[in-house]
Amino acid sequence: MSSFLKVTNLCRYYDNVAAVQKINFEVNEGEFVALLGPSGCGKSTTLKMIAGLEQPDSGTIEIQGKNVLDRAPGKRNLSMVFQSYALFPHLSVKENILFGLKARKVPKPERQARLDKAVEMVGLGPHINKKPGQLSGGQSQRVALARSIVSNAPLCLMDEPLSNLDTKLRADMRTEIRSLQKQLGLTVVYVTHDQIEAMSMADKIILLNQGRIEQTAAPEHFYDKPLTTFVASFIGHPPMNLIPQADCVLGVRPEHVVIVGDGDIGANTGVEMVVKECDYQGSETIVTGEYSGAEIKACLAGKRSIDNGEVVKIRWEPAAEHRFSKQGGQRLKADG
Amino acid sequence: MANSLFPLTAYTIYSTMQSSKQIHAWLLLLPAMCLLVAFTHYPVVKTIARSFYGFGTRWESKPTLENYRYLLEDDVLMQVLYNSFLYAAITVPVSIVLAIAMALWVNGKLAGKGLLRTAYFTPTVLPMISVANIWLFFYSPEIGLLNKLLGLVGHGGINWLGDPSVALYSLMAMTIWKEAGFFMIFYLAALQTIDRNLYDAAAIENASSWTVFRRITFPLLMPTTLFVLVNALLNAFKLVDHLFILTKGGPNNASNLLLYYIFENAFSFFDTAYASALTVLLLVVLVVLALLQFGVIEKRVHYR
Repeated sequence: MSSFLKVTNLCRYYDNVAAVQKINFEVNEGEFVALLGPSGCGKSTTLKMIAGLEQPDSGTIEIQGKNVLDRAPGKRNLSMVFQSYALFPHLSVKENILFGLKARKVPKPERQARLDKAVEMVGLGPHINKKPGQLSGGQSQRVALARSIVSNAPLCLMDEPLSNLDTKLRADMRTEIRSLQKQLGLTVVYVTHDQIEAMSMADKIILLNQGRIEQTAAPEHFYDKPLTTFVASFIGHPPMNLIPQADCVLGVRPEHVVIVGDGDIGANTGVEMVVKECDYQGSETIVTGEYSGAEIKACLAGKRSIDNGEVVKIRWEPAAEHRFSKQGGQRLKADG
Repeated sequence: MANSLFPLTAYTIYSTMQSSKQIHAWLLLLPAMCLLVAFTHYPVVKTIARSFYGFGTRWESKPTLENYRYLLEDDVLMQVLYNSFLYAAITVPVSIVLAIAMALWVNGKLAGKGLLRTAYFTPTVLPMISVANIWLFFYSPEIGLLNKLLGLVGHGGINWLGDPSVALYSLMAMTIWKEAGFFMIFYLAALQTIDRNLYDAAAIENASSWTVFRRITFPLLMPTTLFVLVNALLNAFKLVDHLFILTKGGPNNASNLLLYYIFENAFSFFDTAYASALTVLLLVVLVVLALLQFGVIEKRVHYR
């Protein structure tokens, strides 16, 4: 199957500083792809270039097999949800949703039908005559989604759509967006800096760092087989412990570290760690300590309190080890 | 506090503090109040009183409506009122449209837009008297720039300020030239507060630039338009300086405006009583216009 969206060698410079450098990726029809990365990694710039709101310095963007670089944003057959929602403050919810259809001169009966469907899908029924200023964050978000739904565009670009919502609402909207996407068979490119959003929603994640792709893979690969130390230290709560060794960098996830003597089999086989801090988080306690000159975090179930300065023995299963090259931080093949 | 040295009851301390605070407050208000009363309130009251009690420059003992009755009979006043409203009806919308157009133009991506903004704004910083002198040079019949240009194409020239059918329009052109740049600054400031993302969202929807202007930019500029409209209308009735330089209301009152007519009555004909009645009329006109504007337009203005 040929890909729905194909980005080849995309580059963008601001004042000779590269924001995006030679990015390549493909998105299949109906796929949910997350562009993940810390702020300033070029993910939003990439999205804007796909939308046509910014022009790349080099590279191509193909949608459904056609190069769209010379097409205006409105002619690329896509919709976009903005971080700030970009709702028109003087128009009612209804007019906000209909804006695109009116601009595209869609006949009135069809407009009404599409409006009704979109409003029902996102549950905005009682609010369609309100102005954006009277809506809560979650409702504004739904208007932005409805605007995207009515357009009937097969490709939807989302630029950090949930970052202005509170934690609980964010979790609800994650599920909702994902189910809308499946229901409508939308192809989605979703920009986020939040790994939970990417992990829980996406079929495929593209992790960017300083304008380059670090890894492109399904969410579970990011957790099980990070390709670089950057990926390892970006994914996970808290991220992977990286311990410099003589010939490589050893990586172990905090949740795979156990304290010896916890009724644990294989006692007396661990290494010693000096405890520096215990951070209780409800279901678990994160114990921070020092081993071999590196900071180690261990996630332990329940509430634990260990005095600062106390020496404990820690261990992990050999299968939980990841190894990276000292130079460049690439994953070493040897450990599979 | 000095008061606390004396054995006073709580109540007297309270009331002393209250009255000392009161005196303090009044003292702080005093300088501004003196100026306001001397130069605003007293003249207003006196003007209204004179319009009822005055006759020429004298005061009558009994109130009379004679001055107001004469308002209705005064043919020159009718001419002046017609001029004033025509002057407002043309200069206000034209300068607003020009101001929006210029603001959109210099808000875009444009080489040398700083220079352009300054150029548009320059007429505003000039005093009206200097502006009138500059335009006198344009409008002069023999040596004026406009007629010289017309001469180049073989036209005999127009008596811009001397022809009764042209004089008022010549004044309007100059007023628009002066006012539009000033209003542009407000529109420019308002344009810069509009969220860029709205334009991105519109671009994604393939909205034409006319649709974007009609459905996004213009409605979001409405609060500014209301503000500018009120100011422009008030200015249309308040500006008078240029008449002294250019036409003195002539020829035959063809370019006379209400405020200049008041000046003429008060200081050329020395009929201060009638001038007072005219002033009250001007005041009423301005109040009614302001009420109309806020009442009608506010309903259609979007405030964030």
